[in-house]
Amino acid sequence: MKFTDVISPFLAWSRAAKKADTIPYPTQQNPGADRYRGFHINDTSKCIGCGRCETICENKAIDMVKVEGIEPTKGDSGLRPVVDYGRCCWCGLCIDVCSTGSLAFTNEYRWVTEKPDTCRYTPGVDKKAWDNEEKGYRQENDVLGWAGSPREEMTIEVPEERIKTFDEVVKGYTVQQAMDEASRCIQCGLCISACPAHMHIPDYLKAIAEGRFVDAVKLFYDNNPLPEMCGKVCTRQCETVCAMGYQGESIAIRWLKRFACEQFESLADVLALDAQPGEPNGKKVAVVGAGPSGLSAAYYLSRKGYEVHVFDRYEKGGGVAWYAIPEYRLPAEGISKQMEVFEQAGVIMNYGKEINAAMLKKLESEFDAVYLAVGLQKPSSARIEGEDLPGVKPAFDFLVSSPEKGEGLKGKTVIVIGGGNVAMDTARTCVRLGAEVILSYRRRVEDMPADDEEIHEAMEEAIDFRVKTIPIRIEKTKNGIRYLYHEAKMIPNPKGGRPSPKPKDDVEHAIDADILFSAIGQTSDIEFIPESMQKEMELKWGRIIVDDKQYTGYKNFFAGGDITPGEGDAITAIADGLRAVQGIIDRLE
Amino acid sequence: MGVNPATDPKKTTHLFFGPQHPGVTGNMSIEMWFDGDQVTKAITHVGYLHRGFEKLMEKRLWIQNFPLVCRICVPEPDINEECYALAIEELAGIEVPERAKWIRTLVLEMGRLAMNLMAFGGQAGTVGLGTGAMWGITFRDFVLDLFEELTGARVYHIYIQPGGVRRDLPRGFRKRVHLVLNKIEKRLPEFDRLILNNAVFKLRTKGIGVVKPEWIEEYGLVGPVARGSGSVRDVRKDAPYEIYDKLDFDVVTETGSDIYTRAIVRRRDIDLSISLIRQILGGIPAGPVATKLPNLTEWRVPAGEYYSRVESSRGEYGYYVVSDGSLKPRRVHVRGPSYVHAVPLLERMLIGANIADVSNIMVSLTTCPPEIER
Repeated sequence: MKFTDVISPFLAWSRAAKKADTIPYPTQQNPGADRYRGFHINDTSKCIGCGRCETICENKAIDMVKVEGIEPTKGDSGLRPVVDYGRCCWCGLCIDVCSTGSLAFTNEYRWVTEKPDTCRYTPGVDKKAWDNEEKGYRQENDVLGWAGSPREEMTIEVPEERIKTFDEVVKGYTVQQAMDEASRCIQCGLCISACPAHMHIPDYLKAIAEGRFVDAVKLFYDNNPLPEMCGKVCTRQCETVCAMGYQGESIAIRWLKRFACEQFESLADVLALDAQPGEPNGKKVAVVGAGPSGLSAAYYLSRKGYEVHVFDRYEKGGGVAWYAIPEYRLPAEGISKQMEVFEQAGVIMNYGKEINAAMLKKLESEFDAVYLAVGLQKPSSARIEGEDLPGVKPAFDFLVSSPEKGEGLKGKTVIVIGGGNVAMDTARTCVRLGAEVILSYRRRVEDMPADDEEIHEAMEEAIDFRVKTIPIRIEKTKNGIRYLYHEAKMIPNPKGGRPSPKPKDDVEHAIDADILFSAIGQTSDIEFIPESMQKEMELKWGRIIVDDKQYTGYKNFFAGGDITPGEGDAITAIADGLRAVQGIIDRLE
Repeated sequence: MGVNPATDPKKTTHLFFGPQHPGVTGNMSIEMWFDGDQVTKAITHVGYLHRGFEKLMEKRLWIQNFPLVCRICVPEPDINEECYALAIEELAGIEVPERAKWIRTLVLEMGRLAMNLMAFGGQAGTVGLGTGAMWGITFRDFVLDLFEELTGARVYHIYIQPGGVRRDLPRGFRKRVHLVLNKIEKRLPEFDRLILNNAVFKLRTKGIGVVKPEWIEEYGLVGPVARGSGSVRDVRKDAPYEIYDKLDFDVVTETGSDIYTRAIVRRRDIDLSISLIRQILGGIPAGPVATKLPNLTEWRVPAGEYYSRVESSRGEYGYYVVSDGSLKPRRVHVRGPSYVHAVPLLERMLIGANIADVSNIMVSLTTCPPEIER
């Protein structure tokens, strides 16, 4: 043994004269690091109550509960996370997956309380000392990407090729793409409340993610008898509230619905026993109009055992979807595939029968209930001079006339007035027929009621968008017409909403064209309802006002779809049909 | 039937050491029989942790196991996250960005440094030199400050994830790591004077707790226990993971085989970690730190099995992960070095040991009971 070995340990005493490494608590206190995983905070106004924090928490420390003062709305469950510090391990998974980024940790870690119950609290609702703490572990979705991811890209035909034909623009997902896309769903179910028909979206997305496509189709038919049509042209209100859309892209719910339907040549075969008429109950229901609303009411009534007769003026069912949406968006074979299901379910179709006042009277006496789902038939008027010139036509009538089968418009110049889907459909159809198309709209592009995709694709197809143009009049020229307009300025609406256009100056601008299509909307045509009946119903701007079960107030008459006030899209019409089924059952039983 | 002389109640004293004892590492106990103050027989007991990590993991989503695996080794949690992440990455075919690999290596070395500082000081504690234990804990705390800044937590970092790490380095982090390393390095000679150049420590550790070199193969010993007896096994060199093949280092090895040698190995490991951290800090490339993962709550890791291994401060550490392609692991098996060190090896080493050296021997193996009872 060396002498130094005896002495050297005592040198440690030199530390006694130096500053200690330890922190003399409580006179000196260390704050948590900037990124410290301390106590929770939640921006309750940003939180949508999707419950992903609850799902990811491996300790079951988070429960979603109803909070007073926060009501459920479309896209917000009204629930907020409650954290139990008896279970929490501060791993921060809840923070990193929070779809809106509202949940966060502060760097505060000291909390002394006599009341153990307060250790289970609702961040952001129950006031805590650290609520305004700015430092702490925050989500960095750009680093991790756990809170939102990009969508599986859909193959879309390039504009140069697609304008040559009426072939479908959207090519659809492959099986792998669809399963990957569907597996992005976090099963929060916010979409269900946003969908007018309350479809089982999380369930069928899960089925698609797991490759159970038959199950997915059966789930569609639970509350939507036109899934393939909705899979192609739905306004997809579900996607607007998708939790994945906040920090990524919303799930392509519409494309996935389309994908699942496209996996089968016959939907009737897939559904088999699930789409059979119910046990007859001896009651008869007449449905006027074979559009989405009429068909959905007919399908579910027939499944309940009612004898359902559908009447439509056209030779095939499907309504607007069938005769006005162009082939490149909704090919005809998809519609006939879906119509087979109605026949299998026992719905009796009476095509080519336009209902007039006398016939409606007859229906009233022959059937136990009547469902009016005739939609909007009459094109609106632009109320400008020259509207009755021969070169000026309603766009809606043009779309209905199967223009793809007619002679082309090669070398012609076409003007389309309007900014809705009908305007886009008309303009894009004319492009495919070889015309040069100019689209005139009163407000800005962002104010257009058409789908964003429609607008975007129309722009890609070299349609000349003349926005902020107010029509003045249409004049006749030697070879065609002359469209005159003012340039507009936007006056903001003090109540919010779209601005109103006003002429910028007195200058009149002119475009010479061969044809002008007016696509500024449709209005109802209720002349087929006898006046005596109309008096018994509540009408507003030509539309029938109904209660929450689509009852008109007149005998056993129900109404739904575009003939009643609403969103004016297919899925809302389908939802009306579903409500009418309940209304009819309640009334007849 | 004759009475076993090792447990003869007339000649031996029967005692339990632990689980509630400061000289025991973690939650385990040793049942011992003594003849005078010499151990005649020792049986180790585990079962006080009652967590069942491996079984729990089968009931949780893949990602939910990260807050769990780190608890299998409290002082050095990162190796668990690393092993589990490596296995998932292999099964799911996930590429890890280069920067993330460097940061992971940094974290692993910081964890190793913290663990070795505590273990080195702890060794002094078992011979009654409490100051050494306190200093070890204090130095470790300097490293934990860095972990807190980087990961948001001092002990359970939950930082390494499949596809990378959860956060990028904070601004100015490298500089602060250098400062801490300098501070520790400046104090290490003091540490040496207190522990290694201490007459009492030498008397209590030299020639005691000898691990015979032939036991290395017999028991499958790894880490400082094997390297103190002449082994040169080190997964970082033998099967480099992350960026260890880009770092310049030699495996620390000594031949003394006793407790004192193992303390020296640990002390040299501290120097090695400091050198490696400096090398890493000088080479971290720019770029992303994480690969995007699928939806975590619906993530099905493709079916397959994989054994991932890393070098922990106690030797080779491995995870055998089996996936049946579902949302949760089918089976996860944790192979920690403590399994052989703290059960068969310890039981053998204790025979003939003095009662006062039991804790000393046990701590020199740096055993970690959760690795045994996982």
